[in-house]
Amino acid sequence: MEKSILKIEHLKKFYHDKNGEIEAIKDIDLDIYDKEFLSIVGPSGCGKSSLLSILSSLEKATSGNIKFKHNNIRIGYMLQNDSLFPWRTILDNCLIGLEITHELNDDNKNKVIQLLNTYGLGDFIYKYPNSLSGGMRQRVALIRTLATDPDILLLDEPFSALDYQTRLALSDDVYQIIKNEGKTVIMVTHDLAEAISLSDRIVVLTKRPAEIKNIYTIHLSNKSTPINNRKAKEFSTYYDMIWRDLDVHIQ
Amino acid sequence: MSTFSDDHKFFLKKKRKEKVLIKLTQISIIIIFLLIWELLANYEIINTFLYSSPSRVLDTLINLYNDNNLLGHIWITIYETILSFSIASILGIIIASLLWWNPFISKVMDPYLTVINSLPKVALGPLIIIWVGASTNSIIVMALMISLIISIINIYNGFTTTNESFIKLLKTFKANKSQIFMKVILPSNKLTIINALKINISMSLIGVIMGELLVSKMGLGYLIMYGSQVFNINLVITSVVILGVVSYLMYYIISIIEKKLIK
Repeated sequence: MEKSILKIEHLKKFYHDKNGEIEAIKDIDLDIYDKEFLSIVGPSGCGKSSLLSILSSLEKATSGNIKFKHNNIRIGYMLQNDSLFPWRTILDNCLIGLEITHELNDDNKNKVIQLLNTYGLGDFIYKYPNSLSGGMRQRVALIRTLATDPDILLLDEPFSALDYQTRLALSDDVYQIIKNEGKTVIMVTHDLAEAISLSDRIVVLTKRPAEIKNIYTIHLSNKSTPINNRKAKEFSTYYDMIWRDLDVHIQ
Repeated sequence: MSTFSDDHKFFLKKKRKEKVLIKLTQISIIIIFLLIWELLANYEIINTFLYSSPSRVLDTLINLYNDNNLLGHIWITIYETILSFSIASILGIIIASLLWWNPFISKVMDPYLTVINSLPKVALGPLIIIWVGASTNSIIVMALMISLIISIINIYNGFTTTNESFIKLLKTFKANKSQIFMKVILPSNKLTIINALKINISMSLIGVIMGELLVSKMGLGYLIMYGSQVFNINLVITSVVILGVVSYLMYYIISIIEKKLIK
């Protein structure tokens, strides 16, 4: 197996508020391999997003370790909504990360312009976000995340705000972009079909407090683009297995 | 421009016509009002000693301009308003920023701000005169009392209701607090701040007039007060009319600045 880029060991997370404490993550051990596309699925409110927040160090774990392969592994976090600043042009929106990390120079700027050109946003570089469609905005958000050249990308339900058709088309685009740029991805989603069509592995979490219920390595015959992957004959088998794991029933 | 369809030309023409009609009606209303007022005064249906008349207001205006330093009075009021507007705006932005920066201070200050804001500031007039003295300073303090607190509250509210996900986004890049302030809080609250300034200019003028009514030797508020004391209604009404024009002009200038800034 590939070498792991990130090891999660005995991760626990509690949230505190005045009504008491909530155990969000019970105990998670997980290796993430270099350049893999890993999806995390689980019942809603199970602590998937908490996991991403902890990995991106937006939040602190209550206990446990997160070990990176080496110290200068960078993490990019793509949020659920695009959060494009309406007062900045598309280019300036994509440069915000570099501004924050004080790495903005002509070289990096040209790289971002290159990315925008390559992924079909060349005509919009100096436009403002309100002139873009939802799918394009999400692509800009991805390029903004890529601009700081992260090794690991965290995607928090990146397509959930889009309509079905855009969602399918965009997941193809995003998959292409990520594979071209050679990134490791951890994606949180509640859409099983999306997870199966995009991922190399899928981690299924239990309901809160989250533990790992199962890990599936996805082998599809004629693996190609996410849209085509949905036609693979193993697709529905995986779907059924994960569906059973999730044990969904309306209460 | 020339390639519009007939339908669109018709639409534009209709729009322009409507605009002209609105302007004409506005002008007619004021002319008819002045005319009726003048006629009622001329035929002695209303008492001009109590209600004055447009021609008397005009006479008073000319008289004020020629013999009584009208421009000086107007200038004093404008000067005091601009001074307190500037102080209130700068302090308002600075204090709102501090409150945003330090949630502890803002939680501590919350009830005090609410009380000071809801207190009718004119009640403080006598105290201000005693403490600050019967001078221009009292007028500025009075105006600040009225404009500063509301500026702080409006700007601070804008700051705290900034889109959370914008802030979260910057945190994913490990932004520090001053980066969050400069790159999200300030730019996303440009409109809030401009609106606060618009309210601020009106509030400052109210405060200045209130201050001048209480204590002053010059200014439009002084003219109104003096006029009422000597029962010169012509002077009172003339001063109120000038005040209306001055406040409209100041608001107009702020709107022009607003349009420049929003572009």
